Amino acid sequence: MADKITIGELHLSGCTGCLVTLADNYEGLFKLLDDYAELVYALTLVDVRHVPEMDVCLVEGSCCLNDEISVEELKEARAKSAVLVAYGACAAYGNITRFCRGGQWNQPGQEAFVPISEVVDVDLYLPSCPPCPQAIRNIAVMAYLLLKGNDEQKQLATAYLKPLMQLAQRGNEACGCDLMYDVINQGLCMGCGTCAGTCPVRAITMEYGKPNVNRDLCIKCGACYSQCPRSWFNFDVMNNYEGIIDAINGAMK
Amino acid sequence: MDVLGNYKSVISARSADKDIQKKAQDGGIVTTLFAYALEEGIIDGAIVAGPSDEPWKPKPMVVTTKEELLAAAGTRYTISPNLQLIKEATRSYGLDRVGIVGTPCQVQATRKCQLYPIGMRDVDDKIALVLGIYCMENLSYQALEAIVEDHCNQKMESVKKMDIGKGKFTVYTERGAVSQMPLKYIHKYVQPGCHVCLDYVANLADISTGSVGSPDGWSTVFVRSNKGNAVWDGAMAAGLFETKDMADVKPGLDLVKKLATEKITKNQKHVDERKSFGLKSDGTPKALRNPYETP
Ligand SMILES: Cc1cc2nc3c(=O)[nH]c(=O)nc-3n(C[C@H](O)[C@H](O)[C@H](O)COP(=O)(O)OP(=O)(O)OC[C@H]3O[C@@H](n4cnc5c(N)ncnc54)[C@H](O)[C@@H]3O)c2cc1C
Ligand code: SF4
Ligand code: SF4
Ligand code: SF4
Repeated sequence: MADKITIGELHLSGCTGCLVTLADNYEGLFKLLDDYAELVYALTLVDVRHVPEMDVCLVEGSCCLNDEISVEELKEARAKSAVLVAYGACAAYGNITRFCRGGQWNQPGQEAFVPISEVVDVDLYLPSCPPCPQAIRNIAVMAYLLLKGNDEQKQLATAYLKPLMQLAQRGNEACGCDLMYDVINQGLCMGCGTCAGTCPVRAITMEYGKPNVNRDLCIKCGACYSQCPRSWFNFDVMNNYEGIIDAINGAMK
Repeated sequence: MDVLGNYKSVISARSADKDIQKKAQDGGIVTTLFAYALEEGIIDGAIVAGPSDEPWKPKPMVVTTKEELLAAAGTRYTISPNLQLIKEATRSYGLDRVGIVGTPCQVQATRKCQLYPIGMRDVDDKIALVLGIYCMENLSYQALEAIVEDHCNQKMESVKKMDIGKGKFTVYTERGAVSQMPLKYIHKYVQPGCHVCLDYVANLADISTGSVGSPDGWSTVFVRSNKGNAVWDGAMAAGLFETKDMADVKPGLDLVKKLATEKITKNQKHVDERKSFGLKSDGTPKALRNPYETP
């Protein structure tokens, strides 16, 4: 027990789909909770009322600036956790809440929703709507290795988590347009089609080998850009893909 | 990592299947391995570059039979966004064990989907066999048209086979004509994104293959991962390939290594030049983005 890391989930303006994603590791979630992580906070699952100290805090949902409690809890979570993760597209990029503009009963004044990095510093992004069970599993295992592992494991975990930390530094605006601004316009697109494959709303089609984004369909989740192999491709980790997949599978056995 | 990537063995090989030999680009390694993997239940479908309604324009598709594999055999020297189907293959197609073939960049994309699944739920462990094909560079469809119809003076629909080798782009027509363009004219047609590509022989595939290094009709094959090794051993035991020791074939592994080194050196230079592409007001260089360093 003492060797586990402590994890919590702070639920802001989200849909709980990110938390469901964690649960969709099925028996893998029990393995994580048995061996690697103590779930110390998550209003959906744990009867702990106030934000406690945590090694890793997963924040789901964006932050409503017109809701005092949301802002306070987010700041408290920042102060009390070593690693703060924007878990899912709403926390990282605003996602569907980017389109909020108030005017609905019974809080018509709740109109300003921001990605959490507008309010607090964020250490790591896990974009997409929904995120993948396999990704949050990987991050949990790597966070454990980072905090509790030997030197070699720490090194692996640092290398693995680095691009997700860099993503948090890059900014909090996401859109299918990222493929234009930061891939095609930069002369980096090679037409693999990953972006079209990953988009949850099928807003991207491949026209003569290049992505074409239907921007009125796009919900601004950030999956296409993050999954694109030309947003980042860290050879130090990728070249060792077989070893890393084996290590994660081994940890989950 | 070496320019040829990690591998367990390298062999010169061709399919023993006459139907495949007839339709395949080189030794028919890809088609034969997928057909074998389908039959053995190693995969239950494969994502390949199939035919479309425009001549020589590939269409990514999920195939589940040898007939469909044969229809997709051969190289199309233009972009086929095979990764477009990697999630869908596990959804409406209902596959549990997905095979995929792709150029080195597509193999990289596949590994990124496995290691960092962002919007790729339940994909990572359903990728059962990744076959890579060597790739020096790729062309847009319009670029391919310009080469075939202008430089080689042939109609796209009359072409039976296209091939790059020995410094030439060659098209063979259905009625037997052969037209060529010297490869030195290809530069302006190359897809810009290929200039930052640092992989020639699909280093991250389970098994990768290409024509260079082996005689016409034969392929050079790298068996790389544990999974690739098991599949290759199985296919060999089933008698599906004729093989030659790589040391005995001409031009051999040295040429593969030379071309890989040339590609990577040239493109690494391009990646480095991007760092000082522009100019800041203080006189220091302004960089274009480098995907190998930060997102
Ligand atoms: C753009 C490009 C550049 C290449 N450059 C080189 C090179 O420099 N040196 C070298 O030795 N080999 C190169 N190749 C590989 C070579 O042309 C053959 O594809 C390879 O040897 C496999 O032949 P095979 O007989 O084993 O495969 P086959 O049995 O003929 O099967 C080929 C498979 O490749 C798939 N395919 C065809 N076109 C594409 C495409 N555009 N994108 C993704 N998949 C496709 C088909 O669906 C089929 O499944 C290149 C291939 C491409 C697509
Ligand atoms: S994933 Fe990236 S490189 Fe691939 S087609 Fe989309 S934008 Fe281009
Ligand atoms: S295009 Fe699709 S994947 Fe990209 S940000 Fe929009 S919704 Fe997300
Ligand atoms: S040169 Fe590289 S980027 Fe271009 S198609 Fe080939 S593998 Fe992809």
